Amino acid sequence: MAFLDNVAGTKPDSRVVDKMLPFITEHYGNPSAHFYPLGRESFEAVQEARKNVAALIGAEEEEVIFTSCGTESNNLAVKGVLKHNDCKKKHVIISEIEHFSVQNPLISFMNDGYEITKLRVADNGLINLEDLKKAIRPDTALVSVMLGNPEIGTVQYNEEIGRICKEKGVLYHIDAVDGAGHIEIDVNKLNCDLLSLASQNFYGPRGAAALYIRKGTKVASLMQGGHQEFGYRSGSENVAAIVGMGEAAKIAKEEMHIYSAEMQRLGKRLWEGLANMFDFLHFTGHPDRRLPGHVSFWIEFIEGESLLMWLALKGIYAASGSACSSNILAEDEEDLQASPVLTAVGVPDDVCAGSITFSLSRYTTDEDVDKVLEELPGIVTRLCEMSPAYNRGN
Amino acid sequence: MAKGPYSEKVMDHFMNPRNMGEIDGANAVGEVGNPACGDVMKIFLDIDDAGIVKDVKFKTFGCGAAIASSSMATELIKGKRVEEILALTNQAIVDALGGLPPAKIHCSVMAEEAIEEALKDFYIRKGEDPAIVQKMKEEIKSAATGGN
Repeated sequence: MAFLDNVAGTKPDSRVVDKMLPFITEHYGNPSAHFYPLGRESFEAVQEARKNVAALIGAEEEEVIFTSCGTESNNLAVKGVLKHNDCKKKHVIISEIEHFSVQNPLISFMNDGYEITKLRVADNGLINLEDLKKAIRPDTALVSVMLGNPEIGTVQYNEEIGRICKEKGVLYHIDAVDGAGHIEIDVNKLNCDLLSLASQNFYGPRGAAALYIRKGTKVASLMQGGHQEFGYRSGSENVAAIVGMGEAAKIAKEEMHIYSAEMQRLGKRLWEGLANMFDFLHFTGHPDRRLPGHVSFWIEFIEGESLLMWLALKGIYAASGSACSSNILAEDEEDLQASPVLTAVGVPDDVCAGSITFSLSRYTTDEDVDKVLEELPGIVTRLCEMSPAYNRGN
Repeated sequence: MAKGPYSEKVMDHFMNPRNMGEIDGANAVGEVGNPACGDVMKIFLDIDDAGIVKDVKFKTFGCGAAIASSSMATELIKGKRVEEILALTNQAIVDALGGLPPAKIHCSVMAEEAIEEALKDFYIRKGEDPAIVQKMKEEIKSAATGGN
């Protein structure tokens, strides 16, 4: 099996799992129970994890808030800033390729009179920094532009974006869910005030994520209750998952330069093999400023779901942004939608475009890449033979 | 292995599509597209003087359900008379496939429509009014529900 859908979540590192298990079986104490050892152990384990996550991104320990997933971190960042009592500004700037968990929380604010500016991206997926400068207004509360895009791989000029925001005195949030644990991150270098990261994207478990909140940044809590997570996020901590995230962060800090280089090498091999395969295969995203081991493209004449299904039958697991494959559990065809990210970077309106994303991991091997390069030509040829669109083009 | 979103029959027709291709001397060709998802389905028929479908082929640009629907539709109409294939509903295709996810029902509708378009083309080529197809379909439908 070649698992090449790592943007959907990586395989947890076995060292992470080993570290977590006792916190399900024996160390089940609630971290808020400080006055007996069982609780205190859990508290200390969470603090240890916080230290490791902080170290991964160059933050202070008390600037790291644990949440349950990347979506929650993004929600806390965006809504938390806007909902804070001291925030009187009603304008937000995002890129048009932000994750749904940044875009959708803003919908209700728009209904309440807030204005959202969505920065266009070029076909390589990058926003234009001049556009950003022009878009910032006196009433701009927040800029949210992601690190790496999971669908097209493009990595933004976050440092420059952060510098512009800092100069203009606007808060800057980075959705770093794709990129954290693979690319060096230093919140001070990036000049950001908020940064989201999720454990499952760097060999940790699902169920733990974090939001970095720079000291002094005013963020309202979205969940009220006890005093957990410095009051930003009430609720009993998911200790085992947090411990796992901490361990994953520690391992990432020590080893990412090794595995990211290897992922980059394998990604380049895959990219070059695909480039020579069909002249009707088109890569998406930026050729160089990319997430390590991320290869994305679309193929003319054939549809993404059919491609995905054939790849899966051959033991290759990937992702697609085609409308047909978007929401198989929907009750109605109206709920099928092509990826807005792909249409933003100029993939034609033919909303079922045969888009594929291969996202590699530290466990990807040369054999996995060989397998894709061996199997894909046959699959594409087969689907082309079946396609009325292909005949017409030739 | 965990079951996917599609039935075994759908997977079978997706992996081994029946009657895939084109008919060079087809005397009825129908093509439909779905604006909702960009799918395109094309059906080729060879209908003899007695009004029997001697041969049928399809080409489809689309998802697993679209490919399986067109493949199953060709199986259901091969060797049948024009009156019989007009009676073929998308529900019959869905049933023959062992069901489709709700979001994919439109793929079976496309197959029914592609056949209808092909029959219109058949009558146009014969110099007849293609409206007869719609009329015949309505008659078949009202006959089917006439007992109620």
